[in-house]
Amino acid sequence: MATLGVMAIAVVYLIPSFNPNWWPKKRINLGLDLQGGMHLVLEVDAQKAVESTMERILQELRELLWKEGIRQVAAERVGGDKISIRIEDPKRVADFEKVLDKEFKELRILEKSTQGDVLVVQMDLPDKEKENIQKLAVGQALETIRNRIDQFGVSEPDIRRQGERRILIQLPGIKETQRAKDLIGKTALLEFKLLDETHAVEDALKGSMVPGAEILYQTQTDPKTQRTLKTPYLVKKRSLLTGAYLTEARVEIDSQYNEPHVSLSFDKKGARIFERITEENVKKRLAIVLDQNVYSAPVIQEKISGGQARITGNFTLEEARDLAIILRAGALPAPVEIIEERTVGPSLGTDSIRKGLLSGVIGGILVVLFMAVYYKVSGVIANLALIVNIFLIAAGLAGFQATLTLPGIAGIILTIGMAVDANVLIFERIREELRLGKTARASMESGFDRASLTILDSNVTTLIAALVLFQFGTGPVKGFAVTLSLGICSSMFTALILTRTIFDYLLINRKMKRMSI
Amino acid sequence: MQFIKPDINIDFLGKKVIAFGLSGAMILISIASLVFHGGPKYGIDFAGGTIIQVKFAGPASISGVKEGMRTLSIEGTTVQSFGEKADYEYLIRIDKAVTASEGFSEDIKKALTTSTGSQAEIRRVEMVGPQVGKDLREKALFAIFFSLLFIAIYISGRFEFKWILSGVMAGVLIGAVYLLTLFTVSIPILIVFAMAVTLALFWVLNLKYALGAIVALIHDVTITVGVFSLFDKEFSLPIIAAILTIIGYSLNDTIIVFDRIRENLKKHHKKPLELVINRSVNETLSRTILTSLTTLIAVLALLLFGGGIIHDFAFAMIVGIIVGTYSSVYVASPFLLTFQARPKKR
Repeated sequence: MATLGVMAIAVVYLIPSFNPNWWPKKRINLGLDLQGGMHLVLEVDAQKAVESTMERILQELRELLWKEGIRQVAAERVGGDKISIRIEDPKRVADFEKVLDKEFKELRILEKSTQGDVLVVQMDLPDKEKENIQKLAVGQALETIRNRIDQFGVSEPDIRRQGERRILIQLPGIKETQRAKDLIGKTALLEFKLLDETHAVEDALKGSMVPGAEILYQTQTDPKTQRTLKTPYLVKKRSLLTGAYLTEARVEIDSQYNEPHVSLSFDKKGARIFERITEENVKKRLAIVLDQNVYSAPVIQEKISGGQARITGNFTLEEARDLAIILRAGALPAPVEIIEERTVGPSLGTDSIRKGLLSGVIGGILVVLFMAVYYKVSGVIANLALIVNIFLIAAGLAGFQATLTLPGIAGIILTIGMAVDANVLIFERIREELRLGKTARASMESGFDRASLTILDSNVTTLIAALVLFQFGTGPVKGFAVTLSLGICSSMFTALILTRTIFDYLLINRKMKRMSI
Repeated sequence: MQFIKPDINIDFLGKKVIAFGLSGAMILISIASLVFHGGPKYGIDFAGGTIIQVKFAGPASISGVKEGMRTLSIEGTTVQSFGEKADYEYLIRIDKAVTASEGFSEDIKKALTTSTGSQAEIRRVEMVGPQVGKDLREKALFAIFFSLLFIAIYISGRFEFKWILSGVMAGVLIGAVYLLTLFTVSIPILIVFAMAVTLALFWVLNLKYALGAIVALIHDVTITVGVFSLFDKEFSLPIIAAILTIIGYSLNDTIIVFDRIRENLKKHHKKPLELVINRSVNETLSRTILTSLTTLIAVLALLLFGGGIIHDFAFAMIVGIIVGTYSSVYVASPFLLTFQARPKKR
């Protein structure tokens, strides 16, 4: 009865794999190596998030000190995540400390030293706070990337955190892998910065550093010659407005030139900032910078209110669409790096399934033939158990929602070879008992009884290895561990219970006197 | 049908000197090969790097593929043909992890199509960064270590019915390993150390069956790794999976033989041990060979028809199964006798 129950459950779980509409609607999932797709692991450079937080604090600090009338100060970021401040006016030290205590309680003072009249203070954030920022950055990056992928349109993406700093992305069936990678990996930090027009770019290129400014490039492709042009701009470091205030980014097509561009809408605060910038800087050039690349640097003609801007450039429609997606989804809080990539084309996946099935069928037929020839009717019974076994593994895969991978198929094939092991052990034992002159039934019974413990033992060791593999393995290898474990469990069931039931039926109910073994 | 006659009586133990010599030689060759090759040859999973599997629509030569890669000015590439000759399929391996750059796979496709004159299709790209490679290497070694540990605990408990003792032993082992990790030693050394501690503990505690099984296991894994090194094959994640499976599977035969030895010891406790062991090996010989044979048939099908990606995995399994079968007859059981023959303390 138990046997029939298990098999009935197996059938119920297996049906949806062929007809997905049937309850319980669980199909066998194919791994990326079988259905094609992309597996990416990204590492979030979370330290950069700490650094940009420090940069923000530094800006605030400067502004506040300026407001308080503390002028003779030099504040700068040192070593990435520390702030160093020099107060050159000893009379204002008390005021400075008041500001610090009131507005920047979170800062930790590392070092205070006086050189003559000059007070130098070094500060950073407490470790716990840093850690918090880093954690938040990874979580935020995860959400942002999920947003981007959702908008890109991939069916059943799997995006999850891996360890502390890593993000695992699985995109089954994706074909435009390069586009997806570009979409995922871009930081997409949009900044509006003024050009430094008081100094010549040429001088800066020759090496004369301009304080508070840097050289950024605009990359353009000449549509006729396909040559890429790099135009340098001398851009002020301070960013006046960032993409954080965006509410919408849309692709629009210019009616005049029929070229796509991305139009941006800012929220209320962003619109107010944008209005102020444009008002204060009429006739100056404002660079639109995305990830340190200048997209355009138009001259501000007049005050712009209403919070609308546009990014132009020689975009293809596709590029403009992707740009709009990443701007809508927002910037990553810190840059990410692709540290692992595994891409399998759909044709290779199909090939792998075909080859896996072929070798499974050939291996299976050979084993089945061998058993039937070597053990006759008993071998046929073992073969029956083997076939049930394969069904059970498939049902288990569907039921547990496990993923079938290429090594997983190898695991099933391996199980085909190993599943009959148990029957071989029992049959050899029965043969021994028969040779001792026992009756068929007695031999069968003691054969099963004596071999059971050995079978259990030998399977437990393989199961231990499989479970450890499951714990440590990744992706495809995990699939192997799953099918192997399932195979071991189901083969113990089929060998010890299913075949036993059949033998019991033949020898007890049908009262057969001879055994074909 | 029967391959092996029930009354077979081969003097396995009498040849134990030859067997030990052979095993010793194979282990030495394995170690020598590993030393000669400067350790195991890591695939990109462990060493980091990039592999690209390309299929061409028509004939394409290795030199054509190499030429194409040269135009992209990518350093450190090796090209080898992959799978069937008629498929025009190649595996390009690059030492560095390089795919992150924009338009990478498109560029390769174009360059290879022009250099070989056949339409190229990129079927698979795998890129593993150096940090990930290091992580995977550690994970794999830990996996081997833990499976050996758990199996050691299981067999010592199961064979000797000394679960408490084996539990204590596991505690000692984990403690020792933990102490060692405090000194931040490299993981291979850790594993060797842990194995040495395990062997020593089995020896001191007189867990002879467990000792025999573990010795056979170490024997199997070392030789499988050695054969891989001799054939200059790469270690990748699936190969580690194969080795772990071998660890579990090669014990099967050993357990079968040991179980029979214990059974026969109860029945014929007056006979000399050597006779009982030899008789047990002979009695179980048929099933030892048959169980390995059926598994071998299945894995052989995998090797021949399973395609290039799974080929090395199947190869490792085959080596492991053969060595494992040999060791359960010629290593584990004779070792048991050798161990038993030593003068008892107390």
